[in-house]
Amino acid sequence: MTYKLQFGELLPYMGVLFEGLLFTVVLTLISTVAGVGLGIGGAAARTFGPPWAGRVFVIYVELIRNTPFIVQLFFIYFGLPALGLKLSESQAAFLAMTINLGAYSTEIIRAGVEAVPKGHIEAGVSLAMTKWEVFAHIILKQALQKIWPALSSQIIIVMLGSSVVSQISAEDLTYAANFVQSRNFRAFEAYFAVALAYLGLAIVMRAMLRGIGRLMFPGH
Amino acid sequence: MPLVDIRDVRKSYGAVEVLKGVSLDIAQGDVAAIIGRSGSGKSTLLRCINGLETYQSGSICVDGVEVAGEKTNLRELRRNVGMVFQQFNLFPHLTAAQNVTLAPKVVNKTGETQAMDLAKEMLAKVGLSDKAGNYPSQLSGGQQQRVAIARALAMRPKVLLCDEITSALDPELVNEVLRVVERLAKEGITLILVTHEMRFARDVGTKLVFMHAGKAHEEGPPKALFDAPRTPELRQFIGAPA
Amino acid sequence: MSDFTFWVIFSNLLLALRWTIALSLVAFVCGGAVGLLMLFARVSKIGWLEALTRGYIEFFQGTPLLMQLFLLFFGLALFGLEVSPWLAATLALTLWTSAFISEIWRGCVESISRGQWEASSSLAMTYIEQMRYVILPQALRIAVAPTVGFSVQVVKGTALASVIGFVELTKAGTMLNNATFRPFLVYSLVALMYFALCFPLSFFAKKLEGRLNAAR
Ligand SMILES: Nc1ncnc2c1ncn2[C@@H]1O[C@H](COP(=O)(O)OP(=O)(O)O)[C@@H](O)[C@H]1O
Ligand SMILES: [Mg+2]
Repeated sequence: MTYKLQFGELLPYMGVLFEGLLFTVVLTLISTVAGVGLGIGGAAARTFGPPWAGRVFVIYVELIRNTPFIVQLFFIYFGLPALGLKLSESQAAFLAMTINLGAYSTEIIRAGVEAVPKGHIEAGVSLAMTKWEVFAHIILKQALQKIWPALSSQIIIVMLGSSVVSQISAEDLTYAANFVQSRNFRAFEAYFAVALAYLGLAIVMRAMLRGIGRLMFPGH
Repeated sequence: MPLVDIRDVRKSYGAVEVLKGVSLDIAQGDVAAIIGRSGSGKSTLLRCINGLETYQSGSICVDGVEVAGEKTNLRELRRNVGMVFQQFNLFPHLTAAQNVTLAPKVVNKTGETQAMDLAKEMLAKVGLSDKAGNYPSQLSGGQQQRVAIARALAMRPKVLLCDEITSALDPELVNEVLRVVERLAKEGITLILVTHEMRFARDVGTKLVFMHAGKAHEEGPPKALFDAPRTPELRQFIGAPA
Repeated sequence: MSDFTFWVIFSNLLLALRWTIALSLVAFVCGGAVGLLMLFARVSKIGWLEALTRGYIEFFQGTPLLMQLFLLFFGLALFGLEVSPWLAATLALTLWTSAFISEIWRGCVESISRGQWEASSSLAMTYIEQMRYVILPQALRIAVAPTVGFSVQVVKGTALASVIGFVELTKAGTMLNNATFRPFLVYSLVALMYFALCFPLSFFAKKLEGRLNAAR
């Protein structure tokens, strides 16, 4: 009944927690770059690619968006070895995160691409650019600019979702919290502190993404 | 040989025939003004000339190259055919100068310094040297359209297509764009312009084309046609007494 | 593969799917109810109340759902509150859902033009009356599509209840995998069942959105 909060009990574990935080940050960073890259490719394929490529990406996007991340992670980590693809915990975590964000960003960026006025594409084409040049130089940047807020939110959602990788024992921030509370039996303190760390991370990332947006898209 | 040679071009959207056999010659240095009612196929014809639209029969040759030819390199063709649109279609994420230099850099692989000189030259041509660093959203409609002209000119096309380039502008901004076009005409650039500015067509044009029901219904020297239209359709269109 | 194993796995997953559906429904309905309260508080124009809701929303949107589950499941137990996995999962999903859904609805309310507020207040309506008779009926129409869309997130969110031992679809998958050692089959089936649940909702949401855009 009279449980006393003692956050001081976390102090001896700061190193462990920091390592977990670092893993989460690196995991998020790398899978963001890879996932958004995948999303750009997917959006290009869906709008300008051959029909079969478009269809492949539709199926990919719908499969990922309509299943839980934890199931995707388990499928990759436990299921794929049955097909001969054995991945370490970290590799599985990176792959699952990238595939997950890739699907969402394909959809988000595609919406941005379709919002670019057709006249801009025609203007590019009539300047003798190929459709891929038009995509790279005219459409992509405008599309990214339009959907940057949505993409930023999705990146943060995926970062928060990454806490699930602790369930395959990838040593992220949540894994560290589990470890700490199993040692000092201070579950509430450990999870609350780590929840706040995630919140801080989310706030910092939001600010950074906004800054990146301003750098990438000046003049508006 | 005419620079642009259009022979009996037919074009349908589905079951609707929009161009019903258009024939037209445009010589080097011509300023051809195309007039006609909305829906008569003016835009469609222009868009066929640079391959934005395909046509079902007939032929369009630009500088001796058939637009719809199987071996035709559309990229090569479009370097020779510039286009300016009613809605400007400037790239909003690029400055005026960057709008002008994008295609030269990407398509012609023009170097950075040369591209900068090119931007200066082209923006000067349209009287916007001081706006090089501005984004389209920071420019008036007339200024945006002049940048769009500079952008098309930067590819040094052999012929420039203009589709109602003053129709989206507020009335007080129309003249600054027309003056730029007039200057280009004097420099001898071959122009094909769809326009509703009859005075301009009469004064600057070297050739007037009246499109009606998917055909080049009447053509000839602007002054002569305006003063003495031969067909009742043109007479009615320009509001001349019968 | 023996047919027998397949049917054992398949039928057990189907049974567990019921719990995923039940948890989703409860979380969605309760989350919606709490979310509505949050919405009223968030746009109440009462300074401290708005700040409080903003903090609430920020916390539940800015921290992992898994962390929220852990806090409720392991954390509350320390204070002497006996929390079952079902209760912890329901609570966490409700709070989490309410934070997101109230923000979605706030967006819909705020998309109603200022003129509507001004017109209704010029008719001497109170805040509650304005909401009830003028703003909400309009906002509701806009809100249907994103709300249905968010229900997909709720269904997927229930998968995390497996982590605290609640036997729904994902947990059943893990247990069946441990018993049969057929991870590829088990997790494929689990994924397909989630897909069967979520895809119609996504599809419906998209349809609704399209219809609304066309109507404008
Ligand atoms: N993409 C299209 N699909 C179907 N019909 C079209 C399309 N573009 C133009 N049209 C039709 O073709 C006719 C000619 O259009 P257009 O060339 O734009 O005329 P103008 O420029 O002289 O006003 C019009 O009746 C128009 O409705
Ligand atoms: Mg037209």
